[in-house]
Amino acid sequence: MSEYNFDYLDELEAEAIHILREVAGQFEKPALLFSGGKDSITLVRLAEKAFRPGKFPFPLVHIDTGHNFEETIEYRDEMVARIGEKLIIGSVQKSIDEGKVIEQTGKNASRNALQTVTLLDTILENKFDACIGGARRDEEKARAKERIFSVRDEFGQWDPKRQRPELWNIYNGKIHKGENVRVFPISNWTELDVWNYIRRENIALPSIYFAHQRDCITRNGQLMAASPFLNMDSDDIVESKKVRFRTVGDMSCTAAVESDADLIDDIIQEISDSKISERGARMDDKVSEAAMEDRKKGGYF
Amino acid sequence: MNILKFFTAGSVDDGKSTLIGRLLYDTDSILADQLEALQSSNRKNDDGTIDLAILTDGLRAEREQGITIDVAYKYFQTEKRKFIIADTPGHIQYTRNMVTGASTANLAIILIDARNGVVEQTIRHSYLVSLLGIKHIVVAVNKMDMMDYSETVFSAIKEKYKALALNLGLKDVTYIPVSALKGDNIVQPSANMDWYEGESLLHFLEKVDTDLQDKTTQARMPVQWVIRPQTDELHDYRGYAGRVLSGTFKVNDNVTVLPAGTSSTISKIEFFENELDQALAGQSVTIHLKDNIDISRGDTLVNSSALPMESKLIEADLCWMDGRALDPSIMYLIQHNSKTTKCKINEILYKVDINTLEKHAADEFKLNDIGRVIIKTADALAFDLYGDNRANGSAILIDSRTNLTVGALMFRASVE
Repeated sequence: MSEYNFDYLDELEAEAIHILREVAGQFEKPALLFSGGKDSITLVRLAEKAFRPGKFPFPLVHIDTGHNFEETIEYRDEMVARIGEKLIIGSVQKSIDEGKVIEQTGKNASRNALQTVTLLDTILENKFDACIGGARRDEEKARAKERIFSVRDEFGQWDPKRQRPELWNIYNGKIHKGENVRVFPISNWTELDVWNYIRRENIALPSIYFAHQRDCITRNGQLMAASPFLNMDSDDIVESKKVRFRTVGDMSCTAAVESDADLIDDIIQEISDSKISERGARMDDKVSEAAMEDRKKGGYF
Repeated sequence: MNILKFFTAGSVDDGKSTLIGRLLYDTDSILADQLEALQSSNRKNDDGTIDLAILTDGLRAEREQGITIDVAYKYFQTEKRKFIIADTPGHIQYTRNMVTGASTANLAIILIDARNGVVEQTIRHSYLVSLLGIKHIVVAVNKMDMMDYSETVFSAIKEKYKALALNLGLKDVTYIPVSALKGDNIVQPSANMDWYEGESLLHFLEKVDTDLQDKTTQARMPVQWVIRPQTDELHDYRGYAGRVLSGTFKVNDNVTVLPAGTSSTISKIEFFENELDQALAGQSVTIHLKDNIDISRGDTLVNSSALPMESKLIEADLCWMDGRALDPSIMYLIQHNSKTTKCKINEILYKVDINTLEKHAADEFKLNDIGRVIIKTADALAFDLYGDNRANGSAILIDSRTNLTVGALMFRASVE
């Protein structure tokens, strides 16, 4: 067995492919939730490895807040054209226009919370029974307890106290009508694992992950991209900084970090040295100690 | 670099969460903003230091009650290895959670409070470790700081545990005296216990062998999905996609498809854009056969020279995981890798009192009960014994009324 050189990235990859194929085998109408962020981009790569030369047995679904970084949308459209798979877009703007949600007001207004409604509507409309997402257990402590196959009721709610036991590598995808399952194939990956995999696989990413010059303001101690989507006033001082983003949410809730890392090796070095966790750059988690748990219970990704 | 998955068995009172918190803290795996949240929390140790246990208590109910009620997965990495910890609750009412956490682990840390020694809980946890077939065991004798770092205390506990290990057939046991609270022998060797000549916990975890347990000739691959592009250029393409559970498949190997029993030869093994000579345990691949035979999800490819058992009547250990008791009169579903079929529990042979390890006759099976049953399946399963092949010797039970996973099964014998 001397040539058995199966390292940790191979093992994580093989596990994720196994999970994706279980989704294909167990569900009638699965979907892959695609945000344009590095985690969902990694999922697309894993799906290629799981199903090529066949087509994906699911479409990609993007919940579009309308407050995107334009680089993300460009990337999304190029990628979809390259891989030749179907893309379904759920629009938060449409949910607002239809009166299903009400736009937040005030300085910290964000469409992040509104996405949940659009996501649930999109699931309902397309009758999706499984949604594959790029969440990882290292992101946040509520996520640390979530199953790889995580059942949601018809209101999209996660009940952390009634999770199914998940044993060995056997995933129970049985559900009742109206329920759906969120599936997290890269649960066991860390942020650094994802970056190392992206480097190894030579996967292209939206340019906002790399250091670039951008107009920013400082909000609650964090750097935010100046944009029409941010409710700015005269107290906000716009400064040009060299920054990059560690996660890709919408522009009103994703904070930048000052960085010179414009190559993937530099980013990996920066993360290895970093003392701020990835979700630390998400204002949406800052509301209370149980912020993520509450949003997940409500149907969030 | 590879991955070690381990789980920790102990209770809050033994300092389990503190131990995990200490491993994360001392390996620099806690980031600044998490540390900040930790420091601003109002839970502190008696001496005012940070309560590291908060790091692993994820859910609100757990923070409120100060207990771990579910399995939480934690990750850290050193230069030598990536670690995945399943942090499981130790209390008897959470036995099913411990079984869940243990099912994917290849090492167990059994935590013993040096003040109390081997107690009922230790027996219970060690039994579960033996039941789940975990290869390596570390007995971490914690709170040594409260026993003056006494070698005598440690040795007495070690002797007592050895007897238990012998009784349970646990072979690979390593004993380490630690103080999770003070950090002795967790990452750094302790200056307070120079009588201890072994390694710190982390150093041991870094070097313990993690070879996939099923180093066996039993090549097994359940088919998860058949890849059929059906395009003009790939008109005849038919690839069987799955993850090798155990053993090795090589090109030109003779394989048998179960349950049909038809045989063929491997013509090609693919992984994405690459062709491989062989596929090893743990790899997700696509296998092609020379003959065009009818294969679909739920079938298993095995090497023809080492066939698994095939039976509809199987003796198995069962851990019951649902609040609704086992009902022998109804049909359940059994999921064995990619195969799902109906089944019934034909007979309860015995139940085990997991605190005393005594077996006794039983006619009911409730939440957290463990024992031996005979299960009858609608379709025959192609399986191996759990003791030989964990991946092909395990299955779950699903209640088709609720769709919940209600039982964990470890196959021990074919009855036919």
